[in-house]
Amino acid sequence: MARSFIPEPLATLPWRVLLALTLLVAFAAAVLYSAGGGAMYPYAGPHVMRFALFMLMAVAISYAPPELVRWAAYPLYGALIVLLVLVEALGHISGGGQRWLALGPLVLQPSELMKPAVVLVLASFYNTLPAGMVSNWRSLIPPALLIGVPMALVLLQPDLGTALAVAFVGAIVMYLAGLPVKWFLGAGAAGIIAAPLAYFFVLHDYQRERVTTFINPASDPLGTGYHITQSQIAIGSGGILGKGFGNGSQSHLAYLPEAHTDFVFATMAEEWGLIGGLFVLLVFGVVLRWGWNVARRSPDRFSCLLAGGMTATIFFYVAINMMMVMGLAPVVGIPLPFLSYGGSSMMTNMICVGSLMMVERWSRKIRSPGLS
Amino acid sequence: MKQKFTASSLRQSFDRRTFVVGAIQGGIGLLLAARMGYIAVAENAKYAMESESNRVNLSLIPPRRGWILDRNGAPLASNKADFRVDIIPERLADKVGEVNALAGLLKFTPDKTQDLRDRLAQAARFQPVQVADGLDYDTFAAVSVRLPYMPGVIPQRGFSRYYPSGPSVGHLIGYVGAATKEEFDKEKNPLLVTPGFKLGKDGLEKQYEQTLRGIPGARRVEVTASGRIVRDLDTREDVQGQSIKLTIDAALQDYAARRIGLQSAAVVVIDCHDGGILAMTSMPCFDPNTFANGIGRIEWKMLNEDDHIPLLNKAVRGLYPPGSTVKPLASLALQIHGVSPDEKVNCPGGFQLGSRFFRCDARHGVLDMRGAIEHSCNTYFWTMVHRVGYDAIAPVAKELGLGQEFDLPGVNQRYGTIPDSAWKMRRYKQQWSEADGLNAVIGQGYVLVSPLQLAVMVSRIASGRNLVPSLLFGKPRQPGPTLPMSPEQFGVTRDGMFRVVNQSGTAAGSKLEIPGITMSGKTGTAQVVKLTSRGAVSEWKARDHSLFICFAPSEAPRYAMAVVVEHGGFGASAAAPIARDVMTCLFDPTKAWADLLAMEKTWGGTPAERMAAKYKAFAAQYGASAPTAASDAAVQAAMTQPATTEPAAATTGVITDVERGEGTQASPGPAETSPPPSARPGAQESSAQ
Repeated sequence: MARSFIPEPLATLPWRVLLALTLLVAFAAAVLYSAGGGAMYPYAGPHVMRFALFMLMAVAISYAPPELVRWAAYPLYGALIVLLVLVEALGHISGGGQRWLALGPLVLQPSELMKPAVVLVLASFYNTLPAGMVSNWRSLIPPALLIGVPMALVLLQPDLGTALAVAFVGAIVMYLAGLPVKWFLGAGAAGIIAAPLAYFFVLHDYQRERVTTFINPASDPLGTGYHITQSQIAIGSGGILGKGFGNGSQSHLAYLPEAHTDFVFATMAEEWGLIGGLFVLLVFGVVLRWGWNVARRSPDRFSCLLAGGMTATIFFYVAINMMMVMGLAPVVGIPLPFLSYGGSSMMTNMICVGSLMMVERWSRKIRSPGLS
Repeated sequence: MKQKFTASSLRQSFDRRTFVVGAIQGGIGLLLAARMGYIAVAENAKYAMESESNRVNLSLIPPRRGWILDRNGAPLASNKADFRVDIIPERLADKVGEVNALAGLLKFTPDKTQDLRDRLAQAARFQPVQVADGLDYDTFAAVSVRLPYMPGVIPQRGFSRYYPSGPSVGHLIGYVGAATKEEFDKEKNPLLVTPGFKLGKDGLEKQYEQTLRGIPGARRVEVTASGRIVRDLDTREDVQGQSIKLTIDAALQDYAARRIGLQSAAVVVIDCHDGGILAMTSMPCFDPNTFANGIGRIEWKMLNEDDHIPLLNKAVRGLYPPGSTVKPLASLALQIHGVSPDEKVNCPGGFQLGSRFFRCDARHGVLDMRGAIEHSCNTYFWTMVHRVGYDAIAPVAKELGLGQEFDLPGVNQRYGTIPDSAWKMRRYKQQWSEADGLNAVIGQGYVLVSPLQLAVMVSRIASGRNLVPSLLFGKPRQPGPTLPMSPEQFGVTRDGMFRVVNQSGTAAGSKLEIPGITMSGKTGTAQVVKLTSRGAVSEWKARDHSLFICFAPSEAPRYAMAVVVEHGGFGASAAAPIARDVMTCLFDPTKAWADLLAMEKTWGGTPAERMAAKYKAFAAQYGASAPTAASDAAVQAAMTQPATTEPAAATTGVITDVERGEGTQASPGPAETSPPPSARPGAQESSAQ
């Protein structure tokens, strides 16, 4: 096989997935090039640079030994909680809430890092939880706190999208950890009851409007329904083959809001059509399938849950963003992995990819026949 | 059976559940693909259209309006290239700030700024509001570069309506203005709310709106979401409206209007060959050029406070007792009722009717019909109407055009009154009295006519044909049925009128000073109010109306004219000189214009210059404190309703002999009856010259 001619560290990388991701980012660069008015700057160039940079970071992460990761789970989580509190205290106002923390030249968004951190800490918790305790309701209290505290802090910012993401990935890890299904059904039922209450008493006005317009976008086509309407016009007008590279009038003439970040999929679909959309879906399918395969092939419970949770994190981003741009979900500020312009989301997703590569490396090294 | 949780069962459950989650994810992936396919394929046409309507902004280009030309092709109304600024109120971000910024850029005076605020307050949201037009390039550029800070402000190049002779044609042609909400609701045409579009508001501009309008051009531009134009996609040129050509002679119209000078008067000139109206003017008038910009508060105050009533078209809507100008008509009526022109009547200074004595202007002695016209002897006509009855004269007056309405485009006429016994019974439920006839035959009492009717009358007397006045060039009206007078009978009347001007008649001072051309005419003086009320009204308003009808050349009449000068005094002193000069303008324009320019120097310039000076004075005095200008509807109302400021004159009392100022006799007349209520100038029966 060709692998024998390639140095071992390179040969052990999941090339099929990395190739697919590189293609996707190259495609994203083309879309951002067009959205930037036919120029590498300000979007396309930095996007590719970041991908390269974070890819190195992901490869670095993949070499982390399991002991270190297990040991670091709680301290990392704790450090992020502290940073989140710092954001509350010091963070400056930007984009409707306090989310960024300026550390010298580095602009850090702790809530973004919180998603993989919650996966990590929950995987660590359920790894150490005795099997018999899983169905005990008392064992629910620590994970509830581990999820609830960052959620509350993120909601304070306020950032509903990230809070939902933390809750979702937390729930997925707990589900994969084998908690009784009836608990999830119960929580679901409680959620259905709580949703209207939250709608009326918890949500901000602008969030409430987003929900209302999601239910009926035509109610205010120039106001809050504008995003959804314009996004669907962009996707719909692209047709099967798209309007062609650089010809997207919706994005170029600024009808499409956030054309390079949250609604980058619509920007892409306008110029590349259904074909481009299916390509993006295909790449995500390849990545997520690889993620689940890594999880299933993992040697121990910790790496199983870690890999599963990371895959779920990527999935959450993809699913919510694409449902949003197609009018299947309310507008929440969640970017599309690897396509949306933005450092934080790229970092989070590359951490997830790096973690999956790491788990894959562990399973290749140990190759033990499981824990049973 | 209770589930046992062990490490191995958890691993199995993990495998099972990853499969479940993976399956759900796959399902969502398929759902997304299906949804995208639905949007992009099934609904592609709908969204492609919406995307296109986002991208492309279709804006109409107001069409250039058709010209209004005179008989020689000279423009009475044309268009001039123009830089203009409009506001779409709906799109203003900061109404107060932007208006102030614009006022600063355009160097508005406080009253103009306040006018703009008023227009904005009254406008519907989508309706463009004109800020200014006729800007110079620098000002236009100054506004244009600040556009990014002034959303809703639209500077554009276009064409605006231009009336070269301004006030001279105001009443005849009307004016244009931005469409009102009512006009838009009626027509539902998006062109009406296109910035810069004006439609006809009055006169011919309104009547021929659809002919003059033209077809709008269109510009398709690619615009960003914020409305910035990225590029022009394509442009369709507008099609200019059709022009209309009038029988009017632009130079004559302007001359007549300006010759009126400081008076309040109307002049109508008719071509005796085909009935075409050569000039029809009423002064003072508004300036249609400034009306197109919306009527400002200062202008409105000026127009309203002017006792010369500039908004009234006196040529067709002013009604006056014609006075002695109806005597030629009466002479024709008498002839066809068997009165020999050679029969002589002695004028002892008046006429005894029962117990009352109707006083003539003078002791004229023995006069035949020609002499009675020449000297304007009332006694002759009283004697004769006593014989034949006024009911024999009224039909002839109507045949000659008095009391008639004519089918003229864009001209809103009032037809006045030619009374007879049936009319009086219908109107007042009273018998016609002998005294009524005596008053009517000298153009007083119930008789009210417009200057246009007088002009038609004199054109028919001059030509001997039943001419119908027309305003559209090349489309003369067929004359009506042949008039029942013989050429000889016309000859007698014209002879009398010739002697009025060229022998020892009442207008001997107004002979044409052109070798070889003579003018025939007839003066008229109509008393307005009785003496006792003179203290209550201003000196000017108490004066008599001065009238003159004429035609020239006397032997082969070509032009017929009527001049009415409100409160001008004796017919010979105010109206006849104007008529003489306007007639001179037709035969020797060089001489006429030289005389006029000399006169205008003493009047303070042309009508436009005088209006500008007056505007300045008003603006300095009142500024923005003047009451707000009226709506379109109010302006229309002011134009079409007769002024009723003067009290209805009582009908009895001591009157003066207006021609010589010596009479003291109580006037006979329709005692205890009020005069016709439609009498605008509070007409009063009286003696006439």
